[in-house]
Amino acid sequence: MTDEYDLTPNQLDALREIGNVGAGNSATALSQIINKRIDMNVPKVALVPIETVPDLVGGPDTIVVGVFLRVYGKAPGNILFLLPQKSAFYLVDTLMGREHGTTKKLDFMDESALMEIGNILSGAYLNAFFNFTHISMLPSIPALAMDMAGAILNVVLVQLGQMGDRAMVIETEFLAEDDGINGHFFLVPDPGSLGTLISAVGVE
Amino acid sequence: MADLIKVGMADYKVGRGPSKLISYGLGSCIGISLYDPQTKIGGLLHIMLPDSSQARASDNPAKFADTGIPLMLNDVISLGASRSRLVAKIAGGAQMFAFANATDIMRVGNRNADAAKQILRRNGIRVIAEDTGGNYGRTVQIDLDTGVYKVKTIDRGEKDI
Repeated sequence: MTDEYDLTPNQLDALREIGNVGAGNSATALSQIINKRIDMNVPKVALVPIETVPDLVGGPDTIVVGVFLRVYGKAPGNILFLLPQKSAFYLVDTLMGREHGTTKKLDFMDESALMEIGNILSGAYLNAFFNFTHISMLPSIPALAMDMAGAILNVVLVQLGQMGDRAMVIETEFLAEDDGINGHFFLVPDPGSLGTLISAVGVE
Repeated sequence: MADLIKVGMADYKVGRGPSKLISYGLGSCIGISLYDPQTKIGGLLHIMLPDSSQARASDNPAKFADTGIPLMLNDVISLGASRSRLVAKIAGGAQMFAFANATDIMRVGNRNADAAKQILRRNGIRVIAEDTGGNYGRTVQIDLDTGVYKVKTIDRGEKDI
């Protein structure tokens, strides 16, 4: 596995660029749904020790809402869209046309709306990925949980943990113009998928 | 003020009372505590996976139940705990996302719990309390002064086991 993670600076750049296009597509989709400008940072493409991944979203005991999708195709992996609890409530209020601060707990409809957002973002993201790599990838139906970040991230990390001690994460942070929403979008390729992606881009 | 010692994912710590050992945000992972009530020596191990033989080589034995438990056991015994007095408590092993066609890896929580109990038993350690399963995260803390193992959740309250 060490070999797969042994990437040149150009290859890392290529991954970052794919992530950028994917996230840009997603941000546009989200922006159109909630009718607000969405900013995003340059995607972090990083190989990190598995146990430090929860720190990327504020530590393992931060309460977050996570929308999880499995990615099928030639380069399988996992997508996790994480929103801090406050952001998730704000987003739900926006989507449901309620006054901000109304939501204190997610009901069935709220969860469904957030899963749909996860779905749309993933679709937009993977579409861009396809345009770049010509590897077609399909998302599963989404699943949602509101819990501690560490617990939610477990789902993607155990899989990687079986293959090594490090995780390659492609992560983008979204920010709404009024600071009400920030979210983290993670694409975590399965062990073995990274090689497929890299060779599809054809960067040495 | 007693020390509060953090135990990260795929890590373990040992110590003695009045220290407390804590590990945050366990999902499918398991927090395994060992405790010798007489010497107040104990440890906390945060494992991710049941079995190192089904995984690629890892630099980190604390990631797996089968390699992590003997490691922590050795350390608490060399600190002065007695193997015959040691008792274990375990918590965690949830399945965070419910999928109709959940793959084995998504049900790793159950397998973690089973492996932890089996390996403890094989090492002659009694498991006296357990809070495993469900679909929610847990933060666990062992108080080495009392042996109380506190399990906190976000909307199912907190309990001592």
